[in-house]
Amino acid sequence: MYVIVVGAGKVGYHLTRTLISEGHEVTLIEKDPAHAADLAADFGEAIVAGDGCEVRVMQDVGMNRADAVVAVTGHDEDNLVICQMAQRQFHVPRQIARVNNPKNEPIFHLLGVTETVSSTRIIYSLIDQEVGSGESLLATALKRGKIVIVAVNLSAGSPGANRMVKDVHLQGECVLAAIIRNDHILLPSGTTMLEAGDTVIAVSTPQDQHALRDALLGATSQATRGRP
Amino acid sequence: MRVVILGCGRVGSTLAALLTREGHHVSVVDRDQTAFDKAVQRLGPGFTRETVRGIGIDESTLRQAGIEEADAFISVTSGDNTNIVAAQIAKERFHVPKVLARVYDPIRAQAYREAGIDTVCTTTIGAGVLHDLVLGRPLRKPQEYIDDITSQMTGGPGELGPSA
Repeated sequence: MYVIVVGAGKVGYHLTRTLISEGHEVTLIEKDPAHAADLAADFGEAIVAGDGCEVRVMQDVGMNRADAVVAVTGHDEDNLVICQMAQRQFHVPRQIARVNNPKNEPIFHLLGVTETVSSTRIIYSLIDQEVGSGESLLATALKRGKIVIVAVNLSAGSPGANRMVKDVHLQGECVLAAIIRNDHILLPSGTTMLEAGDTVIAVSTPQDQHALRDALLGATSQATRGRP
Repeated sequence: MRVVILGCGRVGSTLAALLTREGHHVSVVDRDQTAFDKAVQRLGPGFTRETVRGIGIDESTLRQAGIEEADAFISVTSGDNTNIVAAQIAKERFHVPKVLARVYDPIRAQAYREAGIDTVCTTTIGAGVLHDLVLGRPLRKPQEYIDDITSQMTGGPGELGPSA
């Protein structure tokens, strides 16, 4: 795969390293010539000094044959324009934009850049998870933070303990995927009885996981979350 | 007419003063308070009806400037991409009837003009006017400079820019 990365900050740098180590062809475009020169030792010909918003620079790095462009500069306007130009002028199949200000994410989507990554939002959802409850924690975030996998530990006092799966009232988009009991993985069915000591693994949207926690751990587990 | 102008540099403030003098309701947005102060020094305090400090691609800033009632939106900050993005927000999000963006880069100006955003490339207009004046030729219409010079930059014989 040929990937063009624009912006050699920390994200662009490590992304480029990872892609190269996985055998992909990568060009990293950096606006600041001094910074680009510094990175030449790491990346050789893969780093190009230039303004990634300029069509001539895009042409020179072969934007028309790129499989994906990843715009990760510190400026949302630049990331948006890079993706639009890649899409409209060069017909690059995939454009991925970093959104620095999470408020701008709907604008990207409105203006046709659908694949966005907001590190602020992902980290926020992690923090929200961690402070939410000592008894449940985020296992991982998928789909750029839009889907989470949650692990909930049941104790003897949990409302979810000694209850059948079918009696656990879930809301919205939330699926019980597995139960871990004594280091074994059980596939939950409606009649599976949840027990104290179980870890319930669920796949959920970030919003609907709150209902899951309420159902398994009780509404009091919200107290620490600071929900309005 | 109600007009929102993004960018209070020389062009933005002068345009605001022209429209205000003709009785239009203009609000000017800039992220920097000193830009308004300088405009007042150059043009007097009446150069615009109102000023709004804020980021031009921020919806709440644009709302504060009255974009929901605006008949026209013009982005003239020093950043091409800011102007392009702000113009698209005005058009797609707020459905402002008349939207214009000043874009220095002729290629980007053309690309977004083709995508339905009215862009004005002052680079080609300025260079074209000076080119004709220095050679003692009569001046042409702005659009002719934009078309002529942009087509020379995008290829064909006598292509402008660094040779490959």
